[in-house]
Parts: sequence; C-alpha cells; structure tokens
Amino acid sequence: MKVLVAVKRVVDYNVKIRVKSDNTGVETANVKMSMNPFDEIGVEEAVRLKEAGKATEIVAVSMGPQACQETIRTALAMGADRGILVLTDAELQPLAVAKILKVLCDKEQPGLVILGKQAIDDDCNQTGQMLAALLDWPQATFASKLELGVSDARVTREIDGGLETITVTLPAVLTTDLRLNEPRYASLPNIMKAKKKPIDTVDPASLGVDVAPRLSTLKVNEPAKRQAGVKVATVADLVAKLKTEAKVI
Amino acid sequence: MQPYHAPLRDMRFVLYELLGADRQLSALPGWEEVTADLIDPILDEAAKFCREVLFPLNRSGDEEGCRFENGVVRTPKGFKAAYDLFRQGGWTGLMAAGADGGQELPRLLGQMVSEMICSANLAFGIYPGLSQGAYAALAVHGDEALKRAYLPKLASGDWTGTMCLTEPQCGTDLGLIRTRAQPQEDGSARITGTKIFISAGEHDLADNILHLVLARLPDAPKGIKGISLFLVPKFVPGPDGRPGRPNGVACSAIEHKMGINASATCVIHFDDATGYLVGEPNKGMRAMFRMMNEARLAVGIQGLGLAEAAYQGAVAYARERQQGRALGKPSRPDLPADPILVHPDVRRMLLTIRAKTEGARALAAWVALEMDKAARGGDRARREETEDLAALLTPIIKASFTDMGFEAANLGVQVMGGHGYIREHGMEQLVRDARITLLYEGTNGVQALDLIGRKLTAHGGRFLRRFFHPLDAYLAAKAGDPALAEFVQPLAKAFGRLQQASAAIALQGLKNPSDAAAGAADYLRLFGLVAMGFQWARMAETALAALAEGQGGEADFYQAKLATARFFMARLLPECGALLATVAEGGKTLADFPDRAF
Ligand SMILES: Cc1cc2nc3c(=O)[nH]c(=O)nc-3n(C[C@H](O)[C@H](O)[C@H](O)COP(=O)(O)OP(=O)(O)OC[C@H]3O[C@@H](n4cnc5c(N)ncnc54)[C@H](O)[C@@H]3O)c2cc1C
Repeated sequence: MKVLVAVKRVVDYNVKIRVKSDNTGVETANVKMSMNPFDEIGVEEAVRLKEAGKATEIVAVSMGPQACQETIRTALAMGADRGILVLTDAELQPLAVAKILKVLCDKEQPGLVILGKQAIDDDCNQTGQMLAALLDWPQATFASKLELGVSDARVTREIDGGLETITVTLPAVLTTDLRLNEPRYASLPNIMKAKKKPIDTVDPASLGVDVAPRLSTLKVNEPAKRQAGVKVATVADLVAKLKTEAKVI
Repeated sequence: MQPYHAPLRDMRFVLYELLGADRQLSALPGWEEVTADLIDPILDEAAKFCREVLFPLNRSGDEEGCRFENGVVRTPKGFKAAYDLFRQGGWTGLMAAGADGGQELPRLLGQMVSEMICSANLAFGIYPGLSQGAYAALAVHGDEALKRAYLPKLASGDWTGTMCLTEPQCGTDLGLIRTRAQPQEDGSARITGTKIFISAGEHDLADNILHLVLARLPDAPKGIKGISLFLVPKFVPGPDGRPGRPNGVACSAIEHKMGINASATCVIHFDDATGYLVGEPNKGMRAMFRMMNEARLAVGIQGLGLAEAAYQGAVAYARERQQGRALGKPSRPDLPADPILVHPDVRRMLLTIRAKTEGARALAAWVALEMDKAARGGDRARREETEDLAALLTPIIKASFTDMGFEAANLGVQVMGGHGYIREHGMEQLVRDARITLLYEGTNGVQALDLIGRKLTAHGGRFLRRFFHPLDAYLAAKAGDPALAEFVQPLAKAFGRLQQASAAIALQGLKNPSDAAAGAADYLRLFGLVAMGFQWARMAETALAALAEGQGGEADFYQAKLATARFFMARLLPECGALLATVAEGGKTLADFPDRAF
C-alpha cells in the first residue's frame, strides 16, 4: 500500500515568534524553519508502517517556495521514498492545500494519507478534515494509535473526554496527535541517501487548482504581555483575591 | 542555563561565504555530493541531536558522575541510551572510510559536528572522540589483519577506543614509561603495567574497549626511542569477530575530579594482557603522534565548543538580568533597572568571548579545509605544504583554543555575578569542564615548547613560512583598499610583532634555549591572536562584500560581523604588543630567581 504524507515547512518550534512591524504577519525572513512537528509524527508513522511490511511506498508532499524541498529531504532522510514539491509563492490556506492534496491523491491512489492534526504556525486544524470531505474518504483525526489492517484501520483518537477507538475503511485520511509516536532522528547514512531520492516538482496551475486565498488577514498582533504577579501572604488572601479580583471562584 | 543552540548561521557563514567550502569540497574526487544541500541537513540534524539528546544530560551527568562498582564503571543515567542513539545515527563513522562502514565525510564537517557535541556535553563527547583518535592511528599504522578486525568496530561505534600513555611516574615525559611488552611466538605480545588517568578506560557504553597502549619491548633503547604501540582489547575477539575471552585488563579505580565528571578517568592494569603491535617496534611514538595530533586538534575544538556554550549562556543572562542604570540614558525606563547588557564592562566580556570564538571557528575551519583538500587532491608538494601548516597550527589551536574556552567560561561566570557561581545555572560547570582541556593531550606549556622547539625550527623555518607567506600576500593585496584599512592595518602591525617575536625566539634558541622556553607560552598566545586576526580581516571583507551586494534581509548579521571584527582589531589584537615585550625579555628574570627562594 502506498502512503502519502503531507509535510509543511514552518518556523522551528524553538524560535521565539516575532510579529512583523507592519502587523501583516509573522516574521519568517532569516528565521530557522523546520518540518511541522505533527508532520514529523506522520512521517515516522508511515516509516514504521513500511518497516512493518504494511506499506510499500511513502510519498512526502510539501507545498510552498523552493525551500520546501529541504522539508521534503528531511522526510526522505527519515525514510520516505520520494517527494512531490508543489511550488508556489502564493499564500496557501487549508482549503487550497486540501484541494491540491485531493488532486495528488487522485493521481497517486494512496491507501492512506497522513497529515498532522494542525501546523504549529497557523494552528488551523482543518486540512485533513477538508481533504477527507473532498475525497469522500473516511477520516480518523487526532490519532494516538494506529493498527492498520488490509482493508481497514483501527484508530485510537484523542478526544476531549479521553480516548475513542474507531474503525475506518481504506483508503482513509489520518491526522496525527502528539502521542502517536516519537519521531526518530535521521541517521547520517540516511541523510546522505536522501540526497539521491527523487523529488518531482509541480505547480498548482498544472494540477488545475486555484489556490487564491478565501480569507483575508486583517491584522496580526502580539498576544497581550503577561502582567507582573503579586505575592500574597496567606492562603486566605489568595482565596479572597481569587473571589473579588480575579472573580474565578 | 538555557538550552544550547548550535551556531548554524555562523557555521554556514564560515563554510559557504568565507571559505567557499561547498565549492572546494565538491570539486574533489569522491566528494562530488558534498554540497550545501548535503552539508546543511547534516549540520541541522547534528544540532538537533545535540540540543535534544546530549545537552539535557550535561548537568545531570555532572551531578551524578560515573560510579565504580566491583571493577565496573557505570556512566550517568541516560548516557548509554544517548550513546546508542548516537551510534545508530551513524555519527561515530562520520569521517571513517567507506570500506569500514563509515561515511567518509570531510574533516571540516566532522569538526563542526564535534564543536556542537562539545558545547552540548563535553564529557559525553570524550567517549566517541577517543575512538576517532584510535581509528586514525590504526588506519595509518595498523597492519591489514588489525585494520580488518577493528576498524569497522570503531567506525560503527560498537567498540570504543582509548589512548594509554600516562603512568604514575610518567606524565609529560613519555620516556619514563615502564609498561612492558613480551613478544609471543604467535606474533602477539603480553602487556604488563599500570596506566593512570585513562579516559574512557572502562565504561558501560559499548561491548568492547580497544586500548592503544605505549609499552617497552625487551632490550628496547632507553627513553623515548624505545617505546612501541600496542592494541590491547578488553575482550579478545573470537574467530567470529565478536568479543571473546576477557583479556588481562582491569580497572581498579576511577578518579574523583574537578570536572568532566561524566567521563570516566580510569586506573587500568594490564596483567599479561594479549596485545598486538601497531606499526614498527620502538617506533610507537610515531604512531602515537598521529593519534595525538588528531587528539590535539580535537581538544582545541573542545575549547571552542565550551567558549560558544559560555557565550550563549552569558548573553541570555545579560539580556534578562536587570541591575543598575546605563551611564547616560536609561535603556529601559519602564523597568526598575536596565538589563546588565548595557554596562560597558559586561559588553567587554561578552564581546571578548564572541570575537575569540568566531575567530577560532574560522581558523579551525580553514585548517580543516586545507587538510581535506590535501587528503583528496593535489600533488605531493601540495600535501606537504598542508601537513606543514597543520603541524605548525596544531599546538596553537590546542593551546590557544583551550585557553579561550576556559577564559570564556570564567567570563561567563563573571557576567552572571554570584549566580554564575551557583551550580544550577550551569556556568560554573563549564569552568570546571574547561579546566582539563589545558592539561590533557600535552599541557599548554608543552604545546608552546612544541611550537618553538619543533615547529619553528623544522626544515629551516619552512613550517613558519606556510603561514607567513599567505598572510603576507593577503596584507600586500589588501594594503590599498580603504574599506579594509581599519582591519588590515592593525593586522599588519600585529603580524610585524609576530615576525619580531619569531626572530627573537629563534635567536634566543641559538644562544640560550631556556630564554626561548621562557617566552614560549606568550609567543604561542601572540601567534594565536594573529592567526585569528587573519581570519577576522577575511571575515570583515566577506561581510562588507555581502552588504555591498545588498544582502538586505540579513544586514543585521553582517553588521554584527563587522562590529565584532572592529572589536577584535581594536581591543584584543593590541595585546600582541605586550606579548612581544615579554618574549623579547627572554628568561633572565626567571633564571635569576634562586630555587631556594621559592
Ligand atoms: C581528566 C584527565 C584525563 C586524562 N586522560 C588521559 C588519557 O586518556 N590517556 C592518557 O594517557 N593520559 C590522560 N591524562 C593524563 C594527561 O595527559 C597528563 O596529566 C598530562 O599529560 C600532564 O602530565 P602530568 O599530569 O604527569 O603532569 P607533569 O608532566 O608532571 O607536569 C606538571 C607541570 O610541569 C610542566 N612540565 C612538565 N614537563 C615539562 C617540560 N619538559 N618543560 C616545561 N614544563 C614541563 C607541565 O606543563 C605542568 O605544568 C588525563 C588526565 C586527566 C586529569
């Protein structure tokens, strides 16, 4: 079975995010970028499926500027077999990404598509769901455990109240949650091999997808600065303040 | 301390912009693939590994230390798992030959990865570091059978190496070695003796330990000319190549020490242990020097790594800590006090660390690239030139970089005030860890003697010319460039002082060698400053060019480079004047002081 994994290039999770001075977005120039951590979990899961003999080929897809190729290489170094770079300088919103993935799924016919449940830059948490709708495939979101059968998959999902286990028929869309696995470090030999693995480059127009944004960003602001705290002398003081000032109890 | 972040931007500046290393390396046979799109992901992954796996074990490893129980050494919690990940990641074989299962990547890359490891966790890095030295010695001097049996194991990291020189009565002066080797009929030898201070001599990270031991054969000439090198495995490999019967090797204790507490420093007894000669009888020093030169460069890189770690910790603290007001206008009137970053003395300390660290990184990279080029291409003359340069700069890199690492850690503590002295902030550990680097692999005093005694005098000053000529040519070429004047002029002045000091040392060496020896350490320091200054001028030139090309997005980065270059030229390089004066004085004031008056 072929597995398609979506990998997004985002500001590295260690970087302290700064808002652009004109409030149009987040500063990304000369900022360290890496693979979205949830997508790393997706790649890891796909590689484990392949190591277990359940997947035959892993295709990593990334969309954006040329530099996204580095993100694909990271996936290849972890164990993906080949990459597809959808080259565009346009702003990509979840619907556009889902549409592109839909076209790629039509072409590639994977048995399973794995996405992160969200990307740590815009935190949308929409793409996987939209893709499932466009493909009319079942979706298993927020996965923390995957048991892949021949024609279906048992997936444990993280939900508000705890865990939910569902079965979906294949092909299906899966989105990863944090506890699904712990991604490996790419080994040096595999980093070297990754350089030789093929990456196809396409663009949204050649896939027949209109990626024009449907939402417009009005303004991006820093979150309000945390106020300095106060020290309270006694528990009674604390309770009083929680009641009268914070009004939380 | 805040987590370590590898200085990837600065490394890329050195690699691609200053040296054009990607172009130069990929033009060499076998390294066609070594372009930026391979180098970057390797450095990125190494950086991630160091930050996420090695750094978190640095302080816990220091607190816990190694434990010795019933002849067995237990490394601190987490070290074994980290080593396994490191080994499985293929990092132990980064530079090893493809035939041995290594990746055969350039030294330059290996060196940058080593720097990161040393910044994140020096004590951890010592284990694979020694294996690398053992690999180098064996690869060049071992016979085919030894190479086949052991090199792949070192490359894979399944087994680790040591170097066993030191004995209770024998430190610097290796001529005093007493460990004996008795040849056997089957061509092996039986080794008997006691070695002390053996790093990684015993531990629980790997299945077997390969000791490279200096010992004397029967009837060997006295002193340094009668020493041979042997490979002594902890477990003698069986016919299947796996660790077999225990050899006569035992660890009886580990040292309790000032720093690198997670690195086991062992007393090792060899009792009729089976060993195999590496290289020729009585020529052990030649083979060992191969390992020691590798190790000396590697220890220099330890100094660099520690300095970088100290800088990162000190800067983060100086931004946060608020005390006092800037002289003149407050920088943060909204706060009760300004961040200490505003104070000139704090800035002096931070910039001193930074200017030396970046200068050292560039210098080490330049030498490594030259060595890579010589290893893969060029004719014999070219190779010889590079060997000369490396031989000249090895003691300078070892001593001046480790001096720098220790100085940087000390300044780091000073920046943090009393908080720097408190264990949980991590800075005092860097001071303690850095202290050993000035001692092992030949004390820094001995490095200075090597520089003036062997390197300056070799082949009528040929080694020296390998550094002086390119520097001279650079200064001549740039003399008329007004944009570079503020960098080139101070460098030319410092170079003049180095030339004068070299002449003084040469003369003293002829007349009274102890005069030369008296100024050796100062001479080495002077040399180190000029060598870094050379790199700073070139870095300033590179940054100016980048700004002129309109690298607008990164203007801050290049401006900071220029500002650091100016600081180096204006505030660090003038020390060369004082050092020259000290060298020129000779050793009279030292010699005249009566022994009994001490
Ligand atoms: C933590 C640790 C790890 C070590 N790891 C290893 C290891 O893995 N393998 C190994 O073999 N050894 C190891 N060593 C030993 C180390 O290399 C020696 O301690 C070092 O070479 C100095 O020898 P020494 O301590 O006997 O000092 P000495 O040789 O007694 O020197 C004392 C002082 O005299 C000076 N001095 C000595 N001779 C001269 C001279 N001719 N001219 C001028 N000055 C001189 C020295 O510079 C020094 O200042 C380790 C030591 C430590 C502390």
